[in-house]
Amino acid sequence: MTQNNGPPNGPPASAPAKDLARGPALNQTNQVNHLANNLANNLAPELNGSKTNPILAILTGLGLLIFAFLPMILAALVGRSTPYWLDVINTVGLYTILALSLNVILGHAGMFHMGHAAFFAIGAYSTAILNLTYGWSIMATMPVAALAAGLVALILAWPIIHLRGDYLLIVTIGIVEIVRIALTNNIFGLTGGSNGLVGIARPSLFGFRITSPKHFFYFIWIVVGLTFLLFHWLENSRFGRALKFIKEDTVAAENMGVNTSRYKLMAFVVGAAWAGLAGTIFASRMRTISPESFVFSESVLLFTIVILGGKGSQKGVLLGSFLVIGLPEFFRGFEDKRLLVFGAALVVMMIFRPQGLLPSKQARYKLPPAWADRLAHLPKPEANGSNGPGPQNSVAPKKGP
Amino acid sequence: MQILSLSSLTKTFGGLVAVAGVSCGVERGAVVGLIGPNGAGKTTVFNLITGSIKPDDGHIFFSGHSIRGLRPHRIVALGIARTFQTIRLFQGLSALENVLSGCHCRMRSGLVASLLRLPGQRREERLVIERAMEELDFVGLTGLWKATAGSLPYGDQRRLEIARALATEPKLLILDEPAGGMNEQETLELRELIKLIRKRDITVLLIEHDMGFVMSVCDQVLVMENGILIAQGSPQEIQNNPKVIEAYLGLDDDD
Repeated sequence: MTQNNGPPNGPPASAPAKDLARGPALNQTNQVNHLANNLANNLAPELNGSKTNPILAILTGLGLLIFAFLPMILAALVGRSTPYWLDVINTVGLYTILALSLNVILGHAGMFHMGHAAFFAIGAYSTAILNLTYGWSIMATMPVAALAAGLVALILAWPIIHLRGDYLLIVTIGIVEIVRIALTNNIFGLTGGSNGLVGIARPSLFGFRITSPKHFFYFIWIVVGLTFLLFHWLENSRFGRALKFIKEDTVAAENMGVNTSRYKLMAFVVGAAWAGLAGTIFASRMRTISPESFVFSESVLLFTIVILGGKGSQKGVLLGSFLVIGLPEFFRGFEDKRLLVFGAALVVMMIFRPQGLLPSKQARYKLPPAWADRLAHLPKPEANGSNGPGPQNSVAPKKGP
Repeated sequence: MQILSLSSLTKTFGGLVAVAGVSCGVERGAVVGLIGPNGAGKTTVFNLITGSIKPDDGHIFFSGHSIRGLRPHRIVALGIARTFQTIRLFQGLSALENVLSGCHCRMRSGLVASLLRLPGQRREERLVIERAMEELDFVGLTGLWKATAGSLPYGDQRRLEIARALATEPKLLILDEPAGGMNEQETLELRELIKLIRKRDITVLLIEHDMGFVMSVCDQVLVMENGILIAQGSPQEIQNNPKVIEAYLGLDDDD
């Protein structure tokens, strides 16, 4: 029996790869291509397949365009209740930022963290205190709020980062409760106790004061877009992959050279810092903050958004925010039964679609042209084909959308 | 020169002595087999070397430095890579991504560079994908780079694990039953693969139950029984060693 009855890759080739183009095979065109591809992927992340589907691309572009003019469109459609609906959409945006930051911890690194509201609160209070007591401008407090939340996360997570699954979950619930109680008890005499802090300033960007819901609409959704982009990049990098390995199999990740506890901690800190940044936006939008805004159920809500949308999938998280935060506004009458509906929805989800509504997909990689070329000449391409962006590997049977 | 040396390495689990004072060395560039009956403590020795568990006593030297007590990722960075007895691929990820996990410790891009996709990070990403493809090619899985690891046939999963380990650029490769569950043809291919690995100046230490395999690929064989190293030597010496025969076949009653 000399035939290879395995898949069609033949016996181990004799150390062949060395002579293949290794060095700087990237010329100018290549770089431009890469950039263009990057851009396309980021504008329409769901389309970053082998070939961007033109119809979907146009639809996505159209969707973005409509969204960009939403305030005007709403004004034409609903007239005087435009500010109300913009406010709803702004809330969705804010929760999207928060849920995207939680997604780094829960979705990418797979850590069950149900205390995210704690870091949101630390960000919001940092901004409020710096603004009210020390007269800082809102935008100047933003990095400090992020740093403060990140720092607290670092200190709190350090001793618990090795905990697994539900054990971590319990401790993070403890964190959010401790933070809320500390705020209520007017810790350091700075947080105003259960009344909270009142009269926080509006943010201003380059001398332009952000006040109306319309202003906040652009402000918040630009931050959403930025968050989306940065975390998309993060996900598809050495850092993001390390988190993915940890989520898949921590022992194997550690044995392949990933400093698992360090990466888990970093993911936690990054997510918390971003929640702190969202806290700044929240504080300046509401102008009044109190411990009530950062109760445990807020954390649960964020958790729900990520799980419902699809752990690790940013599009899923976006959808989740619209469903969990936006949808109830259409059913005002059921508001007090909202949690019941979420509970039921989660149970149903866990049974029928545990991966979420829009689960994360296999990451796509672009092969260097030399390899794409070689694969194109392999005797028989694999069923799932190759996904390099170049036209040279058009042998790949296209996957349906 | 010895690339790895163990001196009176000891590990007990509760009352069970899994490894009892094992001392031995592995020559650089050699292919060394570690054999012994089930429960002899072979995998425990591997886990001790790779830092998965901490020894109670004894020392481990790799390239002259003590690596005792280091965490696994540090040991990988120093140049020891491993595969697992029961395959531990990242089942849900593609073959390429699995190999990229091995490249991790040779990469430098940090959080900020990743978050902002800085030019240096992008350059590194491109280079590392080529590196990973080279390793996939080396084990003969080029065409399957996109396939989900968990969907691969068993033999391919084993080879993917080796590719992943090789991507860490090891000086010492530790294989825990690489031929386990493989058919004849696959075992034959694995033998060729190990010869190629050796040509890359990588020392190989492997546990294997397939004696034909061990005797044909190894220069040196270590034999363990009940946590003790009972013999070491060339395959021929081992085959004729009465202690080894006893360990494997048992002692005659009337002896």
